[in-house]
Amino acid sequence: MTVQVSPASATAGAGALRDAVWAALGTVLDPELDEPVTTLGFVERAEVGADGVATVRLRLPTFFCAPNFSFLMVADAFEAVSAVPGVTRADVSLLDHHASAEINGGVAAGAGFVQTFDGEAVEELDELRATFIRKAVMAGQDRVARPLVDAGATPDELATMRLGEVPPSADLERLRARRRFIGQPADDDAPLLLTFDGVPLPVEQVPLHLRRARLVRVGIETNGEYCRSLFEARYGGPAAGS
Amino acid sequence: MYEKDGEKYFIVDSHSHFWDASRENWKPGREEYAKGWIDCFYGYHQLGPPETHWDYERYLKVDEADFVRDMFTEGYVDVAIFQSTYLKDWYTTGFNTLERNSTMVEKYPERLIVNGRWDPRDGEAGLEKLEAEAEAYKLKGVKLYTAEWQDGSRGWKLTDPMSYRYLEKCQELGIVNQHVHKGPTIWPLNKDAFDMSDVDQVATDFQGLNFIVEHVGLPRIEDFAFMAVQEPNVYAGLSVVIGGLMHARPKFFAKVMGELLFWVGEDRMTYGGDYHIWTPKWQIEGFVDWQMPDEEAFSDYPRLSTAAKKKILGLNAARLYGLDVPAECRLPEAPVDVEQPGEQLVAGS
Repeated sequence: MTVQVSPASATAGAGALRDAVWAALGTVLDPELDEPVTTLGFVERAEVGADGVATVRLRLPTFFCAPNFSFLMVADAFEAVSAVPGVTRADVSLLDHHASAEINGGVAAGAGFVQTFDGEAVEELDELRATFIRKAVMAGQDRVARPLVDAGATPDELATMRLGEVPPSADLERLRARRRFIGQPADDDAPLLLTFDGVPLPVEQVPLHLRRARLVRVGIETNGEYCRSLFEARYGGPAAGS
Repeated sequence: MYEKDGEKYFIVDSHSHFWDASRENWKPGREEYAKGWIDCFYGYHQLGPPETHWDYERYLKVDEADFVRDMFTEGYVDVAIFQSTYLKDWYTTGFNTLERNSTMVEKYPERLIVNGRWDPRDGEAGLEKLEAEAEAYKLKGVKLYTAEWQDGSRGWKLTDPMSYRYLEKCQELGIVNQHVHKGPTIWPLNKDAFDMSDVDQVATDFQGLNFIVEHVGLPRIEDFAFMAVQEPNVYAGLSVVIGGLMHARPKFFAKVMGELLFWVGEDRMTYGGDYHIWTPKWQIEGFVDWQMPDEEAFSDYPRLSTAAKKKILGLNAARLYGLDVPAECRLPEAPVDVEQPGEQLVAGS
């Protein structure tokens, strides 16, 4: 994912540069969990030397965390940190993982996933990422719509509701951002409810759609809880800064 | 058998192991993987109540006395089903093979069942081997790892043409229970080895087989539940669900149970205790005492009746494996096929 860093950070001191690197890492998501690596505790260390070299070390809940998602996180972190003004070079690597050597070498060399796992992987990971963002969009609809349902909104109202009619919230902004990333409508006149493939749905499908949206959210969040609890078991608590 | 408040529960643990991850079994040159694997399991172990935690060295390998005490003497288990796991890439004699498990089955034939395996990449020779094992071990089930590496291959699908040959063979041999590992933390490369569309298709094409999705596809529970609601021969294997969530993340346990009860239903959920990731005692006692929380957030999830707990803890798996259930543990009436709320919702849309 791309990063926006405020211009001020480019000229500020070392502390500000470190903060900018941290902010950049905050845009890097665990694609499966739809959460930033910073709040998950996956950033073991993020430092910037006087020469502008940013050193970032990532760590994951288990030795066998899937290499596809692991690769995406390391590659995204490399890209995000490299783009921070003032950073001269990004040294990003993954610790304590069965594929650390391949992933770190591949990312540092700017190789894609297929090239990194030559003979093992046959497809790049863009479609995988898109699938998980579509899931995040489903879960996001539950986050935004559930309070409305609880307040008495009917299926008829929800079927025609536009994003601009929904009260502002962090969940709404998150939903918009995820939709934009995969090219689904996200402006004020976009429908609140969209199918997995991004098309509006008829009113009779609203109850099923909402149950599915909640199911997707439960799935992602439960997965996240497993990762957190395994991370705590492995490292004795979330990393500093999360 | 477990008894509480005058109710008797026949316990079938449909997902257990008798593994050897001892240092002596770590394959030279592959120690890092062998250790990484069991460390991963040991991480899951920490999700149980602290008083049930074991020392790491002890955790590497249990002996027969440990198993009998933990499962039968203290753990209430009437019948346990071993799911064989090979991992010969980094355990010299394998982690938990059919051969190793069957040494226990020979000693406790009334209490233990061993499941086999198949893998389409083993080709024609594998079909013959499966047939021989079915004969030798009276197989009624297999455990399948679609994400497992083999030589240059990084996984397979139930819909591969060769898989169909194996499924046909299973149907012919009466190996009706196909336990498919669609669970957390393994090493799929490429797209997503835990994608569940292959189960969906073969469940339709092989109506005579049961597909028990172990760990309910946990990283992809949304795909699992929405598939299972439409496929009557797909089951939710609760291995890792009770052990991993009931104590460590009770709110999420309630949500997952709520979703499973809504979409899949109590007639298609089976208990698996994952010995010895965890021992069964606390899981069974806790599950019998468990109820959906009263809070508003859980209000539209079904509640769990005593009859439902009996089904999940043993009667459902007993049906799948043709086990004889003592009269005192049976339900008064034969189960009726109740349409789940999720089924109604899907049918009405």
